[in-house]
Amino acid sequence: MPQIVSELNMAWVAVATVLVFLMQAGFMFLEIGFSRQKNAGTGVAKILMNLALCTIAWWAIGYGIAEGGGNDFFGDSGFFFHFDQTVAGEAVNGETAMLMLYGLAFCAVSLAIVWGTTLERIKFGAYVIYAIVFGAVIYPLIAHAVWGGGLLSDIGGKPVMDFAGSSVVHLTGAVGALAALLLLGPRKGKYDAGGRPRVIPGHSMPLVGLGVIILWIGWFGFNGGSTFETAGNFFGEVMLNTQLAAAAGVIGASLAVYLKSRTLDVGMAGNGAIAGLVGITAPSGFVEYWAAPIIGFVAGLLVVFAVLAIDRLLDDPVGALSAHGLAGIWGTLSVGIFGSARLVSEGAAPGLWYSVFGDEPFSASLGQFAVQGLAVLFTFIVVFAISIVTFALIRGTIGLRVDDEEEEAGLDISSHGMYGYPEQFIPQPEYSTGLPGPLGAGAAGAAVPAPAQMTATEP
Amino acid sequence: MKKVEAFIRHEAFEPIRAELLDRGFPSLSISEAKGSGRQKGIVERYRGSTLTVNVRPKLKLEVVVEDKDKPLVVETILKHARTGEVGDGKIFVLPVEEAIRIRTGEDGEEVLQAHSEEGITA
Repeated sequence: MPQIVSELNMAWVAVATVLVFLMQAGFMFLEIGFSRQKNAGTGVAKILMNLALCTIAWWAIGYGIAEGGGNDFFGDSGFFFHFDQTVAGEAVNGETAMLMLYGLAFCAVSLAIVWGTTLERIKFGAYVIYAIVFGAVIYPLIAHAVWGGGLLSDIGGKPVMDFAGSSVVHLTGAVGALAALLLLGPRKGKYDAGGRPRVIPGHSMPLVGLGVIILWIGWFGFNGGSTFETAGNFFGEVMLNTQLAAAAGVIGASLAVYLKSRTLDVGMAGNGAIAGLVGITAPSGFVEYWAAPIIGFVAGLLVVFAVLAIDRLLDDPVGALSAHGLAGIWGTLSVGIFGSARLVSEGAAPGLWYSVFGDEPFSASLGQFAVQGLAVLFTFIVVFAISIVTFALIRGTIGLRVDDEEEEAGLDISSHGMYGYPEQFIPQPEYSTGLPGPLGAGAAGAAVPAPAQMTATEP
Repeated sequence: MKKVEAFIRHEAFEPIRAELLDRGFPSLSISEAKGSGRQKGIVERYRGSTLTVNVRPKLKLEVVVEDKDKPLVVETILKHARTGEVGDGKIFVLPVEEAIRIRTGEDGEEVLQAHSEEGITA
């Protein structure tokens, strides 16, 4: 490939990488907004620590397993990524580094999804251990199977089509979230004596909204960058599909929640946007524009009914199981329905739509649909098995859940020794001792003077 | 001395404060209160579930005055706090034993008076 083409391609991937890393801020605000004030700070620490650990784990081991050639199950080169190294038979260069970093951004998104179900009660140590296992093994195994030339890249001649990772990234994260939740249990007070779900409102819908919009914007890098190239300006098509599905997701979820409860739930509208985006992630490079809003709309409807149904059994504060899990499954399968002959991967068959309403052979389409289903099944089994074992080990050793007292006090003060919103918890007078500091006693020593308006109307 | 303690709607406070000041009663305190009465709670809907919030936000107004001024203060509060709807609140009048001004240490009913010579800034 001419040098200039590679440079142009990687310039686009660099932009996309930045957008995908921005999604960390989206997850942070979304989760903090859906938490109570006493658990606001821990969300920040969690995102930073996860991103950091995931980075090192991906660099040392994960990248090699995901993209290092090897066999059907794992790659065998590219560990401790460095120069003078060959990865999957190619010498490492700047392009390899760029793509390696882009892969890390996806791994970090997948990991961020896991913790949506665990808010307000998980021990911080669980993040640390699972993040390493996830970044080094769990996500790389799935990425290798679909994108790294592994098991799912050729099933009887047909590849699984997951353009940017409805299964690889989103379902993987959601299955990890399910495993964690099953061992963790609900937040205190989530269910009444009769086992009915109760409301624990998150403290800030504006933060949730900010998170959703940041994720939405980041998704243009997530899907658009998965072209890995600028050829034919194809990334433009992918980005338009992304936008159409996100919009339809908001509309679908808003409509569903309004019809169900006669109120336009703010958080659900946000979940609808995410579900639409997750839904279009796999098909974004394989479907025509008309199909994108259908995929997004269905994802939006799905997320509302799934959140309401899951809430009866499992305490998932942000709706991660629905928005990333079920919408991820739907997105992966939807390629088998709407995949267009013009766009599908080499060896893959167009979707069922085109055989039912067109001339494409039905058996081939059905075969492709089954292959898509296989990706869902494979992802679920592999991720669930490793995750449940990891979380069980964490529970058996350092413990998975904080004790009741710590949960009541909030993770900010009990796990981090500080509040995310100190002024909500510490009375203002406690800040001032009126005593001089060790240096500059004249300035610091004068106790805080009363504000002028306080003395003006003296009794 | 009497303490007049009134639980009122937030929007009633400003007219009451202005009129009490006009009539020579600049000293008062307010605090945010949450309580229940005959006014029903509000229902919060969140992600398809509902939560009934049984206590509603009100403002607690406290004014300490000489016995003779009590009717005037009560009348002012009634005038502005009454809308006729359920949820207007309640007034309680309590006896007060002592009043001491912290700055000077003086005590008695005179500490309840504004300093006429210093003027009053709103």
